[in-house]
Amino acid sequence: MTGRWGRILLIDLSSGQYRFERLDPDICRFWIGGKGLAGYYLFPEMTRSWNAPEMPLVFMTGPLTGTLAPASGRICVMSKSPLTGAIGDCSVGGSFGWHMRKAGIDGIVISGKSQRLCGIEISDGSVSVEDAGSLSGAGTDELYGRLKEKGAVACTGPAAEHGVLFSSIMVDGTFAAGRGGLGLVSASKNLKYITVRGTGTVPVHDKEKLRIASEDIRRLVAATPALTGEHGLQNCGTAACYDLISCRRMMPTANFRRTFFGPASAMNSHAFSNAYKPERYGCKACHILCKRIGEDGIHLPEFETMAHFSALIENDDIKAVAAANTICNDAGMDTISAGATLACFSEIRGERLTPDRITGLLLDIAFGQGEGKKLGQGSYLFAESEGCPELSMSVKGMELPGYDPRGAYGMSLGYVTSTRGACHLRAYPISHEILRKPVATDRFSFAGKARIVKIAEDMNAVIDSLTACKFFFFGCSLEEYASAYSAVTGTETSAQDLLAAGERIYFRDRMMNAKCGFTSEDDDLPPRFFSEAGSSGDGIEIPPINRQEFLEARYRYYRVRGLDQEGCPLRSKVLELGLEGLL
Amino acid sequence: MKKLLEKYSAKLVSAGLAEAGNPLLGGLDADLEWNREDPAIPVLEKVFSGLSINSLLFSLPAEPYRSIIDFLASGEVSCIRPEDSETRTFMHDLPVVRDFTSDTIIEKLRKRKSVIIKGKGIVTWGTVSPEQAFIFYSSVCFACFVKFFSDYLRDSRRGEVSPEQDRVLKKALKHIDKYPDKPPELMSGPFKSREDVYRAVAQAGRQTVKHRLVDSFFGNVSLRWGETLFITQTTSSLDELEGCIDPCPMDGSACTSITASSEFSAHMGILRLTGMDAILHGHPKFSVIMSMNCRQENCAARGSCHIRCPEKRFIGDVPIVPGEVGTGPYGLCNTLPPSMKNNRGVIVWGHGLFTVSEGDFNSAFRNLLSIEKMCQKECLKLLERT
Repeated sequence: MTGRWGRILLIDLSSGQYRFERLDPDICRFWIGGKGLAGYYLFPEMTRSWNAPEMPLVFMTGPLTGTLAPASGRICVMSKSPLTGAIGDCSVGGSFGWHMRKAGIDGIVISGKSQRLCGIEISDGSVSVEDAGSLSGAGTDELYGRLKEKGAVACTGPAAEHGVLFSSIMVDGTFAAGRGGLGLVSASKNLKYITVRGTGTVPVHDKEKLRIASEDIRRLVAATPALTGEHGLQNCGTAACYDLISCRRMMPTANFRRTFFGPASAMNSHAFSNAYKPERYGCKACHILCKRIGEDGIHLPEFETMAHFSALIENDDIKAVAAANTICNDAGMDTISAGATLACFSEIRGERLTPDRITGLLLDIAFGQGEGKKLGQGSYLFAESEGCPELSMSVKGMELPGYDPRGAYGMSLGYVTSTRGACHLRAYPISHEILRKPVATDRFSFAGKARIVKIAEDMNAVIDSLTACKFFFFGCSLEEYASAYSAVTGTETSAQDLLAAGERIYFRDRMMNAKCGFTSEDDDLPPRFFSEAGSSGDGIEIPPINRQEFLEARYRYYRVRGLDQEGCPLRSKVLELGLEGLL
Repeated sequence: MKKLLEKYSAKLVSAGLAEAGNPLLGGLDADLEWNREDPAIPVLEKVFSGLSINSLLFSLPAEPYRSIIDFLASGEVSCIRPEDSETRTFMHDLPVVRDFTSDTIIEKLRKRKSVIIKGKGIVTWGTVSPEQAFIFYSSVCFACFVKFFSDYLRDSRRGEVSPEQDRVLKKALKHIDKYPDKPPELMSGPFKSREDVYRAVAQAGRQTVKHRLVDSFFGNVSLRWGETLFITQTTSSLDELEGCIDPCPMDGSACTSITASSEFSAHMGILRLTGMDAILHGHPKFSVIMSMNCRQENCAARGSCHIRCPEKRFIGDVPIVPGEVGTGPYGLCNTLPPSMKNNRGVIVWGHGLFTVSEGDFNSAFRNLLSIEKMCQKECLKLLERT
């Protein structure tokens, strides 16, 4: 493979030693990169506790990272999730992956536990483990400011040091590997930060072919209103989804007791633009630039964060939304889990949260103080400790994001089949159920959704392995990215070859979770969604989900995915996918 | 799933893309369903097994597409490369194979959205809905029709028309759309309620389809009412617009246009510049063909006419402008609105026709129809000369 080095940096923090490993090209082809290759390192250790020294924390680039391929500057961060006990992986943007590949490193696998708080510093060929004792308790914003001269920065905040189960790893101060608590895995290794600077060139097998593939991708992106339209992600950021989800009456409100939030029209992208006069910025190698920074330097919240710190906790103060986002990012906490945990707290205690109370509780969580100590364990453990686990709106212990499942049945199925807990990005049915890409499907029907969800999971697994941005696939398909992959690596491939790799990668997730005891009981939604209606109106009915139809769709999914009735991998499917080496 | 399969089978027939009883559609969730029995099913079942898809469509195109595609795919051709905008953007190229076997079909569909099987038909797929397969099939027919006529006009200029080309042309001309003398009466403005606006947009969409002024069912329609633009949603079918129209505030205070047509920005630009209220956009075939018919054989922009045609070209009084779908640097949102000012319509090179009117759709529809008729007439005149 011309375009890959297959060069992995293995660091043992217990000894402070490191070495480079060169992967067999066949392994690189089989697992592609990113999520696929990260799982190659996680699989053998998956049954250990998330805080065992042997548990790897993996940062993996994709074969396209650092090249001209559009939106390919992402990385996959993976370990076992402290929040769920399942596989925990995040695709994260920024410049970290870009620098890694320019430094000649495809992946970083960190194991062991440092005796003292430490940082890892990489500059092209040199690697060092540095004492970080003086940075204890520092926020990610301060850390980024102090370290950014050393290149790209991945770091944790005080939340990880205080044991918050949904701690994140922040890249370049604002890009979050947010979900599942990977920041806590880093903290368990006494690792505060990693910096990487690369100045080399990423080899490309056929530059002209890559140019043509990249042009095809850009043309399709330009033809996609959800991306480059007047109100697409390019012009409004992910906040563009706020109005849409509101007018489809599927905005999670009051801990999912309702699906419509009255003040939403005053809390949308337009309102944030008026209040903060933002500019665009984004990841390396992306021309969409979907993130926003206000003129006062405040990073504006993404859609999920806007939704959860407004409607979900019934807050109509946009300054409080922005403040909550800032606290979470600086403390290194997942905004979705944080917002949903506050909503759960609000319902259980019967307390309407004021702006001051919201920011106060978030700081308490980040610093392990007062009620924040219990809330830092996430909504499920908190609700369970209060004797009402059913009020945690989570799957596998991970909180639901900003799309009410009663408003999109494919999404309801996608939430439960997601291997990392309630995640909208694994299957992203919102793409066709709401955004009409590639075509619209009936959002209130399970018909055909089992296979649609399965194919989308495979596709997104390979996108996270390439490592591209899922948003681009509102307009593009694997057809164009297969051409880019072939151009970069010199390995001829097709969209269907990549989908087959995606199926292997996602099936391996199920195998890892099954090894940890996950079954069909964990592939379920909170009971609220089957018994309580959402907020109907504007001619749209939001009834409870029919449980029987949901279970039938889940069963069809198991059949399509090659799982038994308990949701566990069938041996025949393992063999069919060439994964017998993992048995 | 069965209902969807039957729906798109019927739409293929009503759009004139296939003859009744011919389309074969399969849909796969946990189990595989077909819209009807057919001897081709065993081969297509293997195609399902070899690809990660949820729907397949196989059909022999109706005339004139059948003869045209047979001609373009004849000889040793392994790939057809149309130059219209839709194909460039979405389909890239159209693979051709000789044998109707699962292996040959799978090989091509692993990389592309369609495969033409010589003399037997077209196979397309979907990963989300049979609608995708329907759209890809329709795009193949449209692209091949436009390519055949464009190639013929070019070859006739060069004196290189073959007897076979001539034979296919004669056959095709017997099947081309005949447009009515008069446009239909559409709802009259000014409209009094939002409900009337929705009904007017839906009616204009249906009539555009009925008069075959779109590539099967796709185009876009918008109407400004007060400070709101009501525009058709992306990938909506113009004959089924109920529930598929987005109300978008003209001041941008809500992001509801995120699901609107890819041409939303162009529509906004046109309305802002012209002060008009209603826009119709279709892909009438002869407008597209004539937009691509340029005599400047040695032009430096050849091959990239769709984005950088340097000539000021007209068909009659109607200007032709370059521009790609959407909002990129070569997007038609940049080229189209200024040209629309003081013109009854504008053709975007290799793409389609836009018309505008004040108050309601009547004048826009009249112009859409009359410009396409003018282009058809011009094209036939050129063909007669050869």
